[in-house]
Amino acid sequence: MSQLEIRDLWASIDGETILKGVNLVVPKGEVHALMGPNGAGKSTLGKILAGDPEYTVERGEILLDGENILELSPDERARKGLFLAFQYPVEVPGVTIANFLRLALQAKLGREVGVAEFWTKVKKALEILDWDEGYLSRYLNEGFSGGEKKRNEILQLLVLEPTYAVLDETDSGLDIDALKVVARGVNAMRGPNFGALVITHYQRILNYIQPDKVHVMMDGRVVATGGPELALELEAKGYEWLREKVKEGA
Amino acid sequence: MSELDIRQIGEEYRWHFIDEIRPVFKAEKGLTRRVIEAISYHKGEPEWMLKFRLRALEIFQKKPMPTWGPDLSGLDLDNLVYYVKPAEVRDAKSWDEVPEEIRRTYERLGIPEAERKVLAGVGAQYDSEMVYHRVREELERQGVIFVAIEEGMKKYEDLFKEYFAKVVPPEDNKFAALNSAAWSGGSFVYVPPGVKVELPLQAYFRVNTPEFGQFERTLIIVDEGAEVHYIEGCTAPMYSTESLHTGVIEIVVKRGARSRYTTIQNWSTNMYNLVTQRALVYGEAYHEWVDGNLGSKVTMKYPSSYLLEPGARSEILSIAFAKTGQHQDTGGKLILAAPHTSGTIVSKSISKGEGRASYRGLVKVMEGARHAKVNVECDALLIDPESRTDTYPYIEIEEESAHVGHEATVSKINDEQIFYLQSRGLEEDEAAALIVRGFIEPIAKELPLEYAVELNKLIELEMEGSVG
Ligand SMILES: Nc1ncnc2c1ncn2[C@@H]1O[C@H](COP(=O)(O)OP(=O)(O)OP(=O)(O)O)[C@@H](O)[C@H]1O
Ligand SMILES: [Mg+2]
Repeated sequence: MSQLEIRDLWASIDGETILKGVNLVVPKGEVHALMGPNGAGKSTLGKILAGDPEYTVERGEILLDGENILELSPDERARKGLFLAFQYPVEVPGVTIANFLRLALQAKLGREVGVAEFWTKVKKALEILDWDEGYLSRYLNEGFSGGEKKRNEILQLLVLEPTYAVLDETDSGLDIDALKVVARGVNAMRGPNFGALVITHYQRILNYIQPDKVHVMMDGRVVATGGPELALELEAKGYEWLREKVKEGA
Repeated sequence: MSELDIRQIGEEYRWHFIDEIRPVFKAEKGLTRRVIEAISYHKGEPEWMLKFRLRALEIFQKKPMPTWGPDLSGLDLDNLVYYVKPAEVRDAKSWDEVPEEIRRTYERLGIPEAERKVLAGVGAQYDSEMVYHRVREELERQGVIFVAIEEGMKKYEDLFKEYFAKVVPPEDNKFAALNSAAWSGGSFVYVPPGVKVELPLQAYFRVNTPEFGQFERTLIIVDEGAEVHYIEGCTAPMYSTESLHTGVIEIVVKRGARSRYTTIQNWSTNMYNLVTQRALVYGEAYHEWVDGNLGSKVTMKYPSSYLLEPGARSEILSIAFAKTGQHQDTGGKLILAAPHTSGTIVSKSISKGEGRASYRGLVKVMEGARHAKVNVECDALLIDPESRTDTYPYIEIEEESAHVGHEATVSKINDEQIFYLQSRGLEEDEAAALIVRGFIEPIAKELPLEYAVELNKLIELEMEGSVG
């Protein structure tokens, strides 16, 4: 039961059905990749997992270690150990990363976190990310470059130490060095008590974060699941052949 | 900051307790010649001051109520008591001399403790009179004067007369006239040339009598090259009837001097707070207004700086928080009257529920003020759909070489920000409070620490259950 399980999930926004029966399991201790063409519903899935109130879930279940979390608010889910690295991280002017991270950590742990304890944790994370302390006194994502925003998501991942993380295109828009840094962050989390779903368009990042499994999403459903070789095959052939195959199967 | 302060902070209603005090004298209701004579008599004033008061009374009676701003129809000027003398003792130099019931109030507010730790001097006004005033000895030795305005009038009459009512004359506006007629309490501050007062001087104003008008009058003279930071805090218990606080603050910042005047008013929401604050800033001098308006029913307050000689600079920082039943009509005025003067106004307002926050500002660049530079930024944040904000920016430029910038924004708390913060474990209310705190951060970071903490706590309280 130590797994993040999505069962027959249907969801819509503004009357438009986007997810049409998603089934997916990420066991604790594994890292899975989620690929698929633009508009397939990958980000939608990520946001629904995190509890975005913009979406309406019509059917199905999301089970976190066996517990259905669909009725929980986004913050309750976060405190239970779920984390979403946003495809488009949001700017919050006037709130320093340091201040925000400490509040978030306190919320997650449900207790006061002393300055010393906080610093020890953050320093370690900054080292892994090869990032400057100066960023901590910057306002959350305000004026950050695309790459900095992504790095900041991983900083939060490392400090908050969730049990399950969904990383939505954290590799997009990164130069090769930044990509390695982000991969290092995710790999630092890897272990028997951590599961992740890495949403990506590129095989490239999977060279640095070896996935246990690769899933492909199309038109609101997971249509194929395989090993790392599936990502290579998609890279070589595109999505069209898969679409054909799905049609034949249907 | 001390533990004690932190523990006290956050209980919003801690200020709203009513003290059991029996004043030694209380004037009849309404503002008449007789009442003014009584005030003057109780203060043992020189003749010229009584004449000044009576002249101001005439001006007050002639001037109409201002109708260009907030609704003042709930303010019944005939139903107010204009003078309440809380005790025989005035301007004690030691807390032991302050009557016990009054001293207890200030202890509850944490004033003596703050005085010991973080302030250079403290003044405390209770209803109409200053009951306490003290400045650290080493400053006294350097010639720094920090006393009740009445004592300033008597003990330093020449200096006092040179500036009193020269910065804000009674003709300025109806409420300046009212204050000039009925003034009582406030501080007189003089900082001699070159003396730098490192820690702030703080005055604390409390109103306890219901249906009462408090008319504090403060005069601050910062001599050449001197430095001072003056802080004013205000509280009152909550009554069902309206009260009035009408202050006049006059500041003279001489050549090369630096001064900062910080007000954080958290009056109860039955208070009309109509205040005139003005600074005259001379060559190469700098004056800063930091103005926080959190309480009161209606506030009209536009701190102003007159930049009179080359190189004079001023900054006006204003934060307003308007909840249901409150109208904060605030902003600032910059008058640039000499070449190479410059100024900034930064105003941030938050409206919640049916609260209304208005920015009202004047920027005036006079002819000949070559290369004057002004920048105005006003940002409004609306929490609820029924919240209201408006801006009245008046700009008058008579000088071609002037640079004037004006930027105004109105924003709402954004759902994506809330979701993002919530997805990191913060509850919805906490997320909203954090966004509001971020919004005012550029000004909050200029506040003395205990006020910044207090402001944060207040915002958290106000934001509880406010979204969703
Ligand atoms: N408010 C909305 N109303 C209608 N359709 C929407 C709305 N928001 C998103 N969609 C649609 O939902 C579909 C899925 O979007 P989603 O962002 O989940 O795709 P994605 O797989 O993450 O794509 P990409 O790879 O480009 O990031 C898209 O077709 C998108 O246009
Ligand atoms: Mg996407």
